Amino acid sequence: MATFFGEVLSVYSRAVEEDEEELEENEEDEQIRRELEEKRAGNKVQCSSFILAVGHNAASFLSVYILASANWDAVGRGVAWNERSRSGTGPSGEGSACVFYRHKDEPAVLICHVTCHIAEDQLFQWTEKVFGYLQTRGLTVTVLSDSSVADYKTADYLCSSSAPFLRSLRSSAFSDQPVCQSLEQPNIITGLPAAVLNHCQVHSIAAVVYQCYSDVTGPDSITMDKYKPVLTKLGSTDVLRNFVRSSEIQSNLYI
Amino acid sequence: MFISSQDSPATFQGFTLVMPAVAVGNVGQLAVDLIVSTLNMRRVGYFHTDCLIPMAGNNPYASGKADAEELHTPAEVYTAAELKLAVLQIRAPIIQTRSKKFRQQLKSWIKASGFSRTVVLSSSHAYQRDDQQLQGTSLRYLMTPSLLAASADALKELGWREMERIPAFPGVDAEPRLCIPGGGITKGLYTDGCAEDLPLAVLLLFCSEGDNIPDAFALVNHLNDWLHLLDGQWKIPTSWSLLFGSGIPPALF
Repeated sequence: MATFFGEVLSVYSRAVEEDEEELEENEEDEQIRRELEEKRAGNKVQCSSFILAVGHNAASFLSVYILASANWDAVGRGVAWNERSRSGTGPSGEGSACVFYRHKDEPAVLICHVTCHIAEDQLFQWTEKVFGYLQTRGLTVTVLSDSSVADYKTADYLCSSSAPFLRSLRSSAFSDQPVCQSLEQPNIITGLPAAVLNHCQVHSIAAVVYQCYSDVTGPDSITMDKYKPVLTKLGSTDVLRNFVRSSEIQSNLYI
Repeated sequence: MFISSQDSPATFQGFTLVMPAVAVGNVGQLAVDLIVSTLNMRRVGYFHTDCLIPMAGNNPYASGKADAEELHTPAEVYTAAELKLAVLQIRAPIIQTRSKKFRQQLKSWIKASGFSRTVVLSSSHAYQRDDQQLQGTSLRYLMTPSLLAASADALKELGWREMERIPAFPGVDAEPRLCIPGGGITKGLYTDGCAEDLPLAVLLLFCSEGDNIPDAFALVNHLNDWLHLLDGQWKIPTSWSLLFGSGIPPALF
């Protein structure tokens, strides 16, 4: 498309171009995938509450308010290889994997931090793989997700003083009341929270996504604090209920 | 794959399936939105696939607060049993390297479900029309041989214009071919339909990216001339708001 200044910009169009040559998945990838599936054992992990944090503020919130006590074991790590994970700048390797934590006394509670980029074509597989390991009967999934206020559409112009704010989206099986307003049309969510929510909707698993819209792109204590009301809803097990009571004492990271 | 959202699985035997292709201007998808919204179609299941970019949102066809908070996924199936009509709505782009896989999944599902015919609503880049395509209506159709046999009379009465075969590179390669630039998987679906004897029709129009609502209306009215789905006005769904972004900050002026 040509702009007013005469420069020509290539514009991304939602229409997928006709491709005469399809890229077939090569044999090596297929074989690797087959071997991985065979390796996966039949035993599923018992889980009543799975909390997923997507983004730095969501992950930091869980770290400060829940993981700060020493009662959590890091039980697993996942790395998604894509074009961004190979870049030299920014957090890489150790700092940007998906880390799974399980409580020592209450092993049915799982937390996962996702601060790395998971590519569009990896989201579905990531979700299937993770949920493939979980016993889903009686499971409640809570997703905390960072987002930019620039992605939020509203008829009345949103001035910066209203950000950050929380919006929720839940699967049909989620019968509880979310802690904040539901995400209004025509807004949608994308990325890992959407992939997880789709999976839960289709497989009738209770799930809720809390999306925090912020005008700050990096880690920010005000944005992190916006997730606090979610703590009241995580009280399905004693372990998490304790954190609701003691969270005030724990919030001394930023004095 | 299709996963039912109801206790008893839906039956599609003998139904007409209408589905969009993700194509220029998203016209097919907008047209399908109008069909679902106006005919108050009921969601009966999800087309759960790894070929679409994940997205989720509340009910785009909400009529009020009561049904506003119902989660919707990137590909869902709706039916209007009284019209023997089923609709597959696709709300997300197809992941580029999975376009063939997606077509295969669709074809398998179509065959297994027993649809009497499939209609693909699509669009094509207006700027790539050749001289003859610039004249007259911007609406075109294509039909596979098995559907053509059954619908020849209807087509004659409607006076529709078949999509022309044009040289892909005028002046260099003179052989006319079927080209649907910007049509996404439309051409692939059509050629597969011909090869595998599927009763499939394509309805498309030439358009450009922009405000494609009038194009959606044109396409859905064109479809209605053939299938007679509706007598009155099409109802715009509540999700068609803020298509070009949020409200403007007053301080800008």
